[in-house]
Amino acid sequence: MTDNTAGGDVRLTGISKTYGSFTAVHPLDLTVPEGSFFALLGASGCGKTTTLRMIAGLEDPTTGSVFLGGRDVTGLPPYKRPVNTVFQSYALFPHLTIQENVAFGLRRRGIKSVQKQVDEMLELVQLGDKAGHRPHRLSGGQQQRVAVARALINHPQVLLLDEPLGALDLKLRRQMQRELKRIQTEVGITFVHVTHDQEEAMTMADEVAVMNGGRVEQLGAPADLYENPRTTFVANFLGTSNLIEAEVAGAADGEVVVIAADAVLRLPTARCATLPRTGGKLLVGVRPEKISLAHADDAGGMAEGRNRCTGKIADSGFIGASTQFVVDSPVCPELEVYVQNVERDPRLVPGAEVVLHWNPEHTFGLDAAMDIDAGTETVEETA
Amino acid sequence: MTVTEAPPGSPAPAGPLPRKQPVRRKLVPYWLLLPGILWLLVFFALPLVYQASTSVQTGSLEEGFEVTWHFRTYRDALGEYYPQFLRSVLYAGTATTLCLLLGYPLAYLIAFKAGRWRNLLLVLVIAPFFTSFLIRTLAWKTILADGGPVVDVLSTIGFLDITGRLGMTEGNRVLATPLAVVTGLTYNFLPFMILPLYTSLERIDPRLHEAAGDLYAKPSTVFRKVTFPLSMPGVVSGTLLTFIPASGDYVNAELLGSTGTRMVGNVIQSQFLRVLDYPTAAALSFILMAVVLIVVTVYIRRAGTEDLV
Repeated sequence: MTDNTAGGDVRLTGISKTYGSFTAVHPLDLTVPEGSFFALLGASGCGKTTTLRMIAGLEDPTTGSVFLGGRDVTGLPPYKRPVNTVFQSYALFPHLTIQENVAFGLRRRGIKSVQKQVDEMLELVQLGDKAGHRPHRLSGGQQQRVAVARALINHPQVLLLDEPLGALDLKLRRQMQRELKRIQTEVGITFVHVTHDQEEAMTMADEVAVMNGGRVEQLGAPADLYENPRTTFVANFLGTSNLIEAEVAGAADGEVVVIAADAVLRLPTARCATLPRTGGKLLVGVRPEKISLAHADDAGGMAEGRNRCTGKIADSGFIGASTQFVVDSPVCPELEVYVQNVERDPRLVPGAEVVLHWNPEHTFGLDAAMDIDAGTETVEETA
Repeated sequence: MTVTEAPPGSPAPAGPLPRKQPVRRKLVPYWLLLPGILWLLVFFALPLVYQASTSVQTGSLEEGFEVTWHFRTYRDALGEYYPQFLRSVLYAGTATTLCLLLGYPLAYLIAFKAGRWRNLLLVLVIAPFFTSFLIRTLAWKTILADGGPVVDVLSTIGFLDITGRLGMTEGNRVLATPLAVVTGLTYNFLPFMILPLYTSLERIDPRLHEAAGDLYAKPSTVFRKVTFPLSMPGVVSGTLLTFIPASGDYVNAELLGSTGTRMVGNVIQSQFLRVLDYPTAAALSFILMAVVLIVVTVYIRRAGTEDLV
């Protein structure tokens, strides 16, 4: 067998793709470390699938190069690249049995005795008893596992997954996410996973690249992206963010003081995406679960040193483990607050005057020139 | 409509009883089948029985025919006309093969590469049908005329030497040779090959090609292992739609061939309309039907298309 396992890092340099006058992917540089689970996250049409297809060789980049383990593969056709893809629609061969589907790649590389490997691989995806069936007799989840097995059996340097879970229902999708993560840990191959589901990207990937409009907005570990978004798109696309327009009043001791309407807020300078200038504008962000909510009558007994602002509850939604409040505040018309249902305050109903407060450490700052609503209208696609 | 439970003792609601509905609905498929069944009965089953009875009759036009269970007609017909049977199978088989070789690349192109030209190309494929079958076949007489440009070119490039050695042509002639008949058959039945091929190729998910390429299959292997096997239903129905009518055809042999290229269709036609030997003509028709059925059955068995029906 050819040694395909050597060097599994993927390096894209200045890679771009244009179709006529439409630019699907702007020149981008990206390095996926060997053995990592990497996610390309974004809404449909953001260029994530095009990027993946350029790595697979199914799409020729307009500019730039693709390196696999240090080797330039830009000019190689797909069948000469040591990568395999799990397609969105699985693309199983309908005229072949599950076993023949899985053996397809090995046979093309002239390997004669494939039986043992095929059995092992079907065992890994727990489909040993389905070997002789045709794909159409399998459920969506089983077909998905065959698609993974068919790709993995070739021991590719990189496994590319193009929204492989998109067609599955929610419960099965969660189960397959764990399954894929387990398989990745077991085989140690570099996975590049394309998805529009931010939860999927965060639970599965070691590193996530958030893409928007053909560009990588931000790259980082899931927790880092969530806590320290550098753009409004990332702040809004990954979870929910409250973004408050504020004016910088001053900076000292690693802290920035800003004024938003009637509130004075503080945040660490280190958590500002742009250098705050006194008198300049800044978008101040805070995640809904970091905010505590108190009834206006209790405002007196509140700890010092916390960011605080006032407001009136506009709406509340009880969702079991937590309650989601929308607060109309002078600093922001629709502040979202998630409160754990540990001890519920019966006074917190729509119309109640409240005080919101949170630790200044949990505040981040963004460039005010950016569109405050970027990434909010993205609804989950069903494709 | 809301369903409310009637109070006990109240009279049954007017109108059709709810139970009647399913029965009537069950009958709908049979009503829909009726026109087709009647059609088959009147225009297929009855003539078939009539011809079967004719084939075992003896007599003459003057004295009248009557059923004498004279099965010898079959043996005599086959004994006398087996060269025409062989020719029919050979010509129809060759024409079908040529149709497949010409039609497959075209259907492939229309299905995968034509893009926005796809519909135009499909219209062009069936465009010849807007003219009469007879006129088109007669046109080939002109195209293949002795000393015409086509024959000249074929002769110059040495094509006629090759076909001559295969016994398809004689000297510098194309008209009145087997080649002319096969050419006519190929031309006339090509759309019947292209359309089913196109339909089955067009149904193939292009991502299967990508998946095969991704799994180390080079383009020729993708075709061999994925595209072609998946187009088998189209290949089978295309070859059947070409072979079956071609083997019974007599117009091409009549207009483009000579006495040496007569097919069984020509014999049946002349027995019916010129010699007026109805029993022999009917027996030949049944033998042809049996031959076609056998060839087709063997073919479908070998092609192994469970998905066809």
